[in-house]
Amino acid sequence: MNPVLIASVLVLIGLALVLIRTLRGPGVFDRILGVNMIGTKAVILLCLLGFLEDRGGFLDIALLYALINFVGTIAILKFVEFRRLGA
Amino acid sequence: MIDTIPWILLPLGGFIALTAAIGVLRFPDFYSRLHPAGTGDTLAQLLVLLGLLPLVTAWEDGAKLVMVTVLLFVTTPTATHAISQAAHLEGLRPWTRKEESDG
Repeated sequence: MNPVLIASVLVLIGLALVLIRTLRGPGVFDRILGVNMIGTKAVILLCLLGFLEDRGGFLDIALLYALINFVGTIAILKFVEFRRLGA
Repeated sequence: MIDTIPWILLPLGGFIALTAAIGVLRFPDFYSRLHPAGTGDTLAQLLVLLGLLPLVTAWEDGAKLVMVTVLLFVTTPTATHAISQAAHLEGLRPWTRKEESDG
């Protein structure tokens, strides 16, 4: 038994539950919240998978995913609020 | 001693991530769902990534792990705050006991 494997399984179950809320959630803000939370959990899962497979390249993907997730959330919020992405 | 740190922090972080997901699924209102999404996820990522830190073999992996930790620790509460402020500006009202839950 491996602590990395235990944490991966727990985070994966949590990701499935948040996916249910994202698909069901009433209103656009619940869905944005769910997508943001799925992104955070995906970053955690990528780091865990990198240690599970013993491949350091997964950490680069996790770093990039964390950056894109934050910028994407802010962009979606701005589009929902102003209906355009320009200045 | 250093071998027991992942055994403590990784299952605890996974448990808190699962708890935050259950909270987001079960809570009755958008503003109450913000609370597990903001605090639970931040604590879970901090615990998991700090628990992974004793397992690194190369120093580049440790540096990347610290960068991911600091980045997520700053951006997750910021994104949650931005979502809540956008919902408030949009005119979403908090749920009170008189109304029906939208669960």
